[in-house]
Amino acid sequence: MELQTIWFFIWGLLWAVFFMTDGFDLGIGTLYPFLGTDETRKRVMINAMMINAMGPLWDGNQVWLITAGGVTFAAFPLVYAVMFSSLYTALLLILFGLIIRGVSFEFRGKLDDPRWTKIWDACIFLGSFLPALLFGVAFANIFQGIPIDEKGIFQGTVLTLFNPYGLLGGILFVLLFVHHGAIWLAIKSGGGLHESAVRAATRIWPVLLVAAVVFLVHTWFATNLYDNYLGNPILFIVVLLTVAGLLGSRVFMAKGAHFKAWFASALTIVGATFFGVIGLYPNLFPSSLDPKWSLTAYNASSSPLTLKIMLAVVAVFVPVVLAYQIWAYTVFRTKVNEQELTY
Amino acid sequence: MDALLLSRLQFAATTMFHFLFVPLTLGLSILVAWMETRYVRTGDETYLKMTKFWGKLFLINFAVGVVTGITLEFQFGTNWSVYSAYVGDIFGSILAIEATAAFFLESTFIGIWIFGWKKLSKKAHAAVAWLVAIGSNLSAVWILIANAWMQSPVGFVLRDGRAELTDFLAVVTQKFAIVKFIHTATAAYVLAAFFVMGISAYHLLRKRHVDFFTRSFRIALPFGLAASLLVFILGDLNGVVVAEKQPTKLAAMESLWVTQRRAPVYLFAWPDEANGRNAIEIGAIPGALSLLTKHDIDAEIKGLRDFPPDERPPVLLTSFAFKGMVGLGCVFILLTVIGMFKRNKLLESPLYLKAMLYAIPLPYLAVQLGWLLTEVGRQPWIVYGLIRTSEAVSPVSATQVALSLAGFVLVYTLLGVAGFSLIAKYARKGPEIDDGTGDVRPRTAVRPAAA
Ligand code: HDD
Ligand code: HEM
Ligand code: HEM
Repeated sequence: MELQTIWFFIWGLLWAVFFMTDGFDLGIGTLYPFLGTDETRKRVMINAMMINAMGPLWDGNQVWLITAGGVTFAAFPLVYAVMFSSLYTALLLILFGLIIRGVSFEFRGKLDDPRWTKIWDACIFLGSFLPALLFGVAFANIFQGIPIDEKGIFQGTVLTLFNPYGLLGGILFVLLFVHHGAIWLAIKSGGGLHESAVRAATRIWPVLLVAAVVFLVHTWFATNLYDNYLGNPILFIVVLLTVAGLLGSRVFMAKGAHFKAWFASALTIVGATFFGVIGLYPNLFPSSLDPKWSLTAYNASSSPLTLKIMLAVVAVFVPVVLAYQIWAYTVFRTKVNEQELTY
Repeated sequence: MDALLLSRLQFAATTMFHFLFVPLTLGLSILVAWMETRYVRTGDETYLKMTKFWGKLFLINFAVGVVTGITLEFQFGTNWSVYSAYVGDIFGSILAIEATAAFFLESTFIGIWIFGWKKLSKKAHAAVAWLVAIGSNLSAVWILIANAWMQSPVGFVLRDGRAELTDFLAVVTQKFAIVKFIHTATAAYVLAAFFVMGISAYHLLRKRHVDFFTRSFRIALPFGLAASLLVFILGDLNGVVVAEKQPTKLAAMESLWVTQRRAPVYLFAWPDEANGRNAIEIGAIPGALSLLTKHDIDAEIKGLRDFPPDERPPVLLTSFAFKGMVGLGCVFILLTVIGMFKRNKLLESPLYLKAMLYAIPLPYLAVQLGWLLTEVGRQPWIVYGLIRTSEAVSPVSATQVALSLAGFVLVYTLLGVAGFSLIAKYARKGPEIDDGTGDVRPRTAVRPAAA
């Protein structure tokens, strides 16, 4: 395989891992105001338990985003330049969301004032929901093509991104993450919270299913993603795996096998990302104005030397990172216990 | 205002804000890991309390450091897309290495450190603290390699309208990068040491938790002294490298207009940029500049008048930032040396303690001045000698940048106020009082009524 092709798929893989890991934090954050009772004492407790369910892991998860961004910069500098400047406002909104979410975990429990806690609770919700939605909007628009001219200059406005297909992508992402997060919360919590989480996951599932089907159908009309699949039907396996993951998560939830359900949901997210990535190949950032102006793995890549060095870096460090992150997950695999809350 | 000026303002504001939190992370992570190690070695509960008290301040600071870093990682693409496409081959790979080799380390293990008190053995927990410290400092290594490359591009060729990597080792091991890392890291250690000593002084002045804060002070003092000396020595080396690689920055920071042998250092000079001279010059030390930067008192140093006006950086800001930093560096050495004499009778030295309390902001000022010198002195180049800042900006509309800049100013002001007032609140509160149960938790466990 050519270096550029390898890098194209590493690029896709890093985004997929980011969505799989940080996806459940963003999902829990979005569910945050909606679970449990309204009785204040319980509410505070429940929110604290939710934070403790993601607390040890969210920061490490978020680094997958930084890595995905960094790798885009290193392997496809032109894509990094054009993508981030074209999606300027959307990307900055995502970043503002991640900023307020990130500090909330640390700040929220630090003052004994209900108003203070409320502010940061709102930030956790907004800082989770907004990025989840906008990542979906951004990626759906990339699948569809972005109005860039031959110099890579964006010819639309922010509102261009909020077309029906873009919004559908956003809704799909939010549902995927909320479902994923609810299952994680079911794994990590006991008692009333556990039951609410199971209920949330079970109720969201049919909605997610409908959204996924609508998205797959709409994709047929709105994008050229299926061309690669029709040219090489064996690739439909990816779609089948994604659907299998989605169905599997429901079946395992019904059986009370929450860990398995979470893995099935993770498979769905990774599969959905790869569905798009494979359909895009070799485009990384297609132009909707003229296919000639699309940025591809070939016309936007770094020099062969940089690609080789980075391949070595990734081959050494990514397995090491995965090893210690998996260790971290096993350290915190047990249910959050009310007596041991840290925040 | 155009997108260029707004983008420059935004980049300056966001990096300078990030660097309000970074140095404390770099230094305090080491001090906290050291305290925890002492606890594991000696079993002395005071060290555990110290780890938790300073650790709490560390975590608040760390949270703001992390979230403000993320924006920077993406701003090269959002605001400097021409630059990004031009240098991504080299610069982008350094940033990607930073993420995979360093950020994962600090971010994964910080979570384990916060939540793992009951899940890990004491030794493993202390080891995790060291991994966080190593991860943070490694990230500084990589980002400073990237920054050094912008100051002094090496190991590349220009091909197809962009800079392409030819020699990775040359990029990673160039003198500029090494000197820059050590100078910046030691500057951060100075800041962390003064932070710990200043807060300790606050409590010692009030005679509270005397044993706890005397010990904290004495842990930070030698660290601060060593760092203050090193930052000075490395600062000199930094000057030598600048003289070699960036003659315009050197001339600007010393406000030297005329090319000359035996070039002087002025104790004070007020540059008059319009007329290409100094309006005021006081206390010239002949030959000092030649001696310091070239290690030869007769060496010739090129003055600003011999560079075209459009290649000169803003002289006033560059030279004042430099003099301010150096002046503060002398103050830090003085204060830590005095500390070494007073270390056994801190309580009897209220004047010294008061000085140390009020000295807390000074290292913050010094590091900001250092970066101003580095970055403003690099102008008008974004990559020295290769591409100008004015050519590097993204083709985005000024309105978009104005809105995002307004957003940053708003969010960061609130974040800064919240962050620093929380740090101040917990610093003033002091360590948790031992209630006699022997159970000193990392932080107050969540009470159901008000968490
Ligand atoms: C000398 C040190 C230094 C300098 C000059 C910078 N940073 Fe930084 N950065 C750190 C030292 C650091 C750190 C100590 O590693 C931080 C600060 C607090 C923290 O939690 O980690 C960090 C956090 C941090 C993060 C979050 C990492 C995470 O989630 O753990 C990102 C993405 C960046 N930085 C990116 C940047 C960029 C793009 C910079 C250049 C403009 C930059 N930093 C300047
Ligand atoms: C955290 C410490 C840093 C501070 C306080 C800082 C400060 C500044 C300031 C004040 C400017 C504006 C200069 C001007 O436009 O006149 C600037 C610009 C810039 N800096 Fe830094 N900087 C820091 C670190 C870095 C690092 C580590 C890099 C690269 C790896 C970097 C890259 C840039 C870029 C790309 C610009 C924008 C272009 C320009 O104006 O030259 N900075 N920085
Ligand atoms: C006392 C003598 C000092 C000298 C001679 C000195 C010299 C220098 C020089 C020449 C630079 C510019 C390097 C460049 O442009 O790339 C620099 C940068 C800097 N200085 Fe200093 N410095 C001194 C003290 C300090 C002190 C006390 C601090 C803070 C505690 C400090 C913090 C910094 C920082 C953060 C930078 C920017 C990072 C870098 O470029 O290395 N310096 N210093």
